[in-house]
Amino acid sequence: MNMRVIAVFALMGILLAIVGMVQSWNVAFNILNLCVISAIMTLGVNMQWGYAGLVNFGVMGFVAVGGLAAVVIAMPPVEAAWQAGGGRLMLGFGVMAVVIAVATAFWRMTKHRLSRRARYIIMAAILVLGYGLVRYITDAAVVAIEAVEPAKSGYLGGFGLPILLSWAVGAVVAGIVAMLVGRIALGLRSDYLAIATLGISEIMIYILKNEDWLARGVKNVSGLPRPVPYEIDLQQKAWLNQLAETSGQSLANASSIIVKLCYLSLFVAVLVGLFWLAEKALRAPWGRMMRAIRDNEVAAEAMGKDVKGRHLQIFILGSAVLGLAGAMLTTLDGQFTPHSYQPLRFTFLVWVMVIVGGSGNNYGAIIGGFIIWFFWIEAEPIGLWLMDALTAGLDADSPLRVHLLESAAHTRLMTMGVIMLLVLRFSPKGLIPEAKR
Amino acid sequence: MVDIINALVLIANFIVVPGLTYGCQLGLGALGITMIYSVLRFSNFAHGEMMSFGAMTTILMTWWMQAQGISFGAVPTALFALPFGIVAVIALTLTADRLVFRYYRSIKAPPVTMLIVSMGLMFFLGGLIRFIIGPDDQNFFDGQRFIINARQFKEMTGLNEGLAIKTTQGMTLILAVLMVGFVFWFLRHTRTGKSMRAYANNEDLALLSGINPERVILVTWVITAFLVTLAGTLYGLDKSYKPFTYLSLLLPIFASAIVGGIGSPIGAILGGFVIAFSELTITFAYKRVLGYLLPQSLEPQGLMQLLSTDYKIALSFLILVLVLILKPTGIAGGKVI
Repeated sequence: MNMRVIAVFALMGILLAIVGMVQSWNVAFNILNLCVISAIMTLGVNMQWGYAGLVNFGVMGFVAVGGLAAVVIAMPPVEAAWQAGGGRLMLGFGVMAVVIAVATAFWRMTKHRLSRRARYIIMAAILVLGYGLVRYITDAAVVAIEAVEPAKSGYLGGFGLPILLSWAVGAVVAGIVAMLVGRIALGLRSDYLAIATLGISEIMIYILKNEDWLARGVKNVSGLPRPVPYEIDLQQKAWLNQLAETSGQSLANASSIIVKLCYLSLFVAVLVGLFWLAEKALRAPWGRMMRAIRDNEVAAEAMGKDVKGRHLQIFILGSAVLGLAGAMLTTLDGQFTPHSYQPLRFTFLVWVMVIVGGSGNNYGAIIGGFIIWFFWIEAEPIGLWLMDALTAGLDADSPLRVHLLESAAHTRLMTMGVIMLLVLRFSPKGLIPEAKR
Repeated sequence: MVDIINALVLIANFIVVPGLTYGCQLGLGALGITMIYSVLRFSNFAHGEMMSFGAMTTILMTWWMQAQGISFGAVPTALFALPFGIVAVIALTLTADRLVFRYYRSIKAPPVTMLIVSMGLMFFLGGLIRFIIGPDDQNFFDGQRFIINARQFKEMTGLNEGLAIKTTQGMTLILAVLMVGFVFWFLRHTRTGKSMRAYANNEDLALLSGINPERVILVTWVITAFLVTLAGTLYGLDKSYKPFTYLSLLLPIFASAIVGGIGSPIGAILGGFVIAFSELTITFAYKRVLGYLLPQSLEPQGLMQLLSTDYKIALSFLILVLVLILKPTGIAGGKVI
């Protein structure tokens, strides 16, 4: 840790303190919580891009998978829906697995026995028939499930387990999805990998939006159980009343700050643990090998390193971290809203964080997450204040002033673009460059 | 016999006409992507926002003309505002090249770096556009809405099914054919076009034969500006203009360029149609078509839809992923990145 790291983190602390004093401590802690989650996302992307040079533009998809895990683990099961169509749906999935197994077995076994054309035709027939059969079984089940109290549930529900468990499950599921994606997409080179992962992540979001039996689609799942106490319960406690009185905050404010602090301690624990692991890995022979592969694939391959295997490994690890962050985010929000997953916010913004912070360096990735999230939120009030100051000389109802004040919110996209272009041009290694080893 | 014609008209109305229109819009966008890719050698993620910028300047100009009372009867005013949009986008692309991309060319940055840089530009332009025109839907269509509407068609032919052609659809087709024809002619028959192809094909050899790279790049940006403005405006005119949609249009456009074979101009156009038609044919409900074609006893009960319409756009991503895995050079045999 050098002076630069300490200086940047100190600056970050001061900025948050200013927000706490000028706006409110509630806002400051809210930003800080999301900063920590963003930092975990950037750690994930940094593993893929910074350590291994893989361009994963599918961040959004893996984050959403983590969010889904939170729903599936924590929500109570909807018994009526399970009775209505659960069995039939599971049967459908079983048939789907059989179809895939048959198709794969056929493809492997007939490699040198049948002509190419015959293989393609039979393969297509197996897939089309299988698809028809699966749709025949599942369609009725899906209709039955979605008809169960559609305004309240209309989905299968979850397992009703503690939500903290979903953080681990989210990571594992995102890792499994990443394995499937990586197997098909990692053979592609940089540009194509970026576009392919972007496309795959969009497909994942489409599935989440439209498969209502899974997590209610665009009807959203809200009211997820919490790992921390509720404000209402806290407000009954004598110690909080006392605390609010001595600190001069209102009771509602004090309770919500305490809740945010509880979340914060959980998130920070995860971040510190991950950071420790990531640093350890980066310093280990494994990290050295990864850098060698990143900097010169051909040479690394010639040295006997399994480039493909390592790429898949790091892709899975990075995506698992993204899934973890996604589960944490959904836990914090207390709801799962598929339409809120947009590439701008969940893929491109995380990339800005990594680039600005400094790729290949875990400190850089974390600080990038903090700073960019801070300005993503604070650009709006700052922009508003700036516009107000700039147009102070104009009439209150002059069209230019009105337009500028109304549009101030959009300065944040512009700010991000400008920050990113400037960093790329004048400090391409980011705020905290990768350490020379 | 009448049944068969009815079925054909149904297909024409819901698949062929919209497919041709959407295919042209995608193709124009994809042609721009492909040009930038082959001459400047990177995937331009700011392409969607450039389209949006072109559409926006055209809209502003259209509003100004409408406010001045300039109108062209049945023809949408936007058509006459287009040249101003094109000029604005030329200014934009050249400024962006001068301030942003030129530096990375000079240090011979790898394509990934250029891609990430174009992402920064995407953010900036997205913000700029929302700052100027706001994030909401904008309507700028005027003039006659239909070239022929469903009722007129039914009265004219006495058929059960109607065929409607919107003015914007006709306009898209004509302008796209003209533009693409011009680009192909330019690439094949002019000196500058030939030098562009030479530069795209083999940079070093082109430089040795005295081709000025900066000039080639300048011309590429200018042509891209034409394509981008046309694609953006036509899409906005045909559907509706909303800054947000142009970011989501980026992927279908990339899909078109890659399906066709990136680096191949003809492939870009073909790819646009492949994407557009597969989206429409796979999500179309064939119930009524089959109702005309089959005897009454066999009339289908369900919608006879292969995939729900909700998955329309996801389908283009699926095609993209399949092509990338199975045949990364695309149908017209472009480059592999």
